Amino acid sequence: MPPFALTLGPVFFHWPAERLADFYRRIADEAPVDRVHVGEVVCGKRMPFSDPCWPDVIERLERAGKEVVLSTLAAPATVRERRSIDELCGDGRLVEINDITALPARSGRPFVTGPFLNVYNEVAAAFLAGHGARTICPPVELSLTAIGGMAHARPQVEFEPFAFGRLPLAISGRCYHARLHGLHKDSCQFTCEKDADGLAVDTLDGQAFLAINGVQTLSNQVHAFCPEPSALAAQAVRRLRLSPHTCDMVEVAGIYRALLDGRLEPQEARHGLSRLDLPGTMVDGYAHARPGWHSVAAAG
Amino acid sequence: MWPQRMELVCPAGTPATLRAAVQAGADAVYCGFRDDTNARNFPGLNFSVPELAEGVRFAHGLGAKVLVAINTFARVGEVDRWRRAADAAVECGADAIIACDVAVLDHVARNHSGRVRLHLSVQAAAGTPEAIGFYARTFGVRRVVIPRVLSVQEIAALNRAIDVETEAFVFGGLCVMIEGRCYLSSYATGRSPNLNGVCSPPEEVSYDEDADGMAARLSGFTIDRYRPGEPAGYPTLCKGRFAAGGKASYLFEEPVSLNAGSLIAGFKAAGVTALKIEGRQRGKGYVAEVVRAFRSAVDAVEAGGDAVEIDRLLAAQSEGGRQTAGAYRKTWR
Repeated sequence: MPPFALTLGPVFFHWPAERLADFYRRIADEAPVDRVHVGEVVCGKRMPFSDPCWPDVIERLERAGKEVVLSTLAAPATVRERRSIDELCGDGRLVEINDITALPARSGRPFVTGPFLNVYNEVAAAFLAGHGARTICPPVELSLTAIGGMAHARPQVEFEPFAFGRLPLAISGRCYHARLHGLHKDSCQFTCEKDADGLAVDTLDGQAFLAINGVQTLSNQVHAFCPEPSALAAQAVRRLRLSPHTCDMVEVAGIYRALLDGRLEPQEARHGLSRLDLPGTMVDGYAHARPGWHSVAAAG
Repeated sequence: MWPQRMELVCPAGTPATLRAAVQAGADAVYCGFRDDTNARNFPGLNFSVPELAEGVRFAHGLGAKVLVAINTFARVGEVDRWRRAADAAVECGADAIIACDVAVLDHVARNHSGRVRLHLSVQAAAGTPEAIGFYARTFGVRRVVIPRVLSVQEIAALNRAIDVETEAFVFGGLCVMIEGRCYLSSYATGRSPNLNGVCSPPEEVSYDEDADGMAARLSGFTIDRYRPGEPAGYPTLCKGRFAAGGKASYLFEEPVSLNAGSLIAGFKAAGVTALKIEGRQRGKGYVAEVVRAFRSAVDAVEAGGDAVEIDRLLAAQSEGGRQTAGAYRKTWR
């Protein structure tokens, strides 16, 4: 069986530049991932804070043998945000497209599509492949079987299911961190920085439900899809995406590496993950064509 | 400066509503087939192929256009079903197809170019000149329904940068999240706008009474609570009350609907081609009343009427539920 690859997706949260630098230093040195995404995808207002750290982060990751992908914004609106996408698309490295805005600037050169781009079927996948898509991380609501349907029909593209992390469920023009603090997005005071894994949103009956991260809404629960490697291979899937959180991501990557290498059983992998300081309980419903908050593996 | 008269695009969930909307003064109506190829896939709504053909004949007879929404994302291995829906719309004589999925756009562009216009659905979430230009060049898209993220000033700037028409929602239900980019519904219920054409579906709703009053729930998640005797609303996910940061609030949005009636003149100045009324799930009486009011308001704006007159014409539409102008005013963000 050919080997499986692991990708570390972009950090969704507003981490200070120093935290980002420390995080990626450790990823470069210790995490068994093949590919690492860098860059801001959620909110363009954060970019002036994180931008200065990326050249060193990229150099460090590449020196450690990681393939670096430059991620771009999911909902660009301002002239400055659109220009940033245009500039990133000119880079020689792989670029992650999260909005069609980036496609004309990148068409003809290799790119990755992120989970914010709507790729729901084999025709859309072929269309994007024709423009240069090499890897597709499909919308999180698609099941492994649906992803497999695309992967079997389009063997020239690599499919990368979102396997670990709070699920990116929605993006808005409105900033919920600002709204919660009685502010507007245009003068937000960057209150999202206080919540390094997002801010928990519970129902009025105290059920853990969602999490907010500025303009983004995530699941409160942590999607932790731990399949048998043979189940992935049967769907022609050869790569999984892990989404960064403040828990020990080196350990998370190690668990997934061992799972994909057949050194850990799915149940052992889930047990290992559950012992980490996760921001929510573990779910995997989407992968099994169920509501996202369901936990199929735990029930089985 | 903008000699063209703004078009009023109105919802038609059923053949009867289509006729009512056209008779009330709609320039165009939009509707969908009775399945999951459209984003209002509700029981008892939408059109069979013969009903659409008849609806098109009726609308064309009164000088109105029919736009057919095929605006969900085709499922893996079932793309042909979405293609056939587009073929059927063309056969029925539809004036335009409103689509978001590349699979549908590509099919229409390749096979029906010249016979039907392509409009880019709001579900495609294309809000920049680059994205809109791409859809226009690649598929010949003639009009884009603009995502509810932009202010009126930003729409004006966008219109200066693109050479396709824009259509803006002016009244009705309001998505708080960027449409086509929201999976909240499938997270809770397993069914979503993109995949199933539904959001917060009724079969997952329960109203449970207890000592504290009543909880409106979706798949068991409490979306809002009401005191005894307080009128309960429908538990739409993004309009619920939740607890975050130590306080309970309508975190995403209050249970409001969109009313940008006071901005019609602003839309015209911003170069918007068409104004859209949401509400394919609404009955014909409601639709006829709203269409009549907006017909008179748009005509008054076109005739140079002032804000006081427009407000008077739309007064009845501002009563009842709570309303917002949404992202069209920058402070909404």
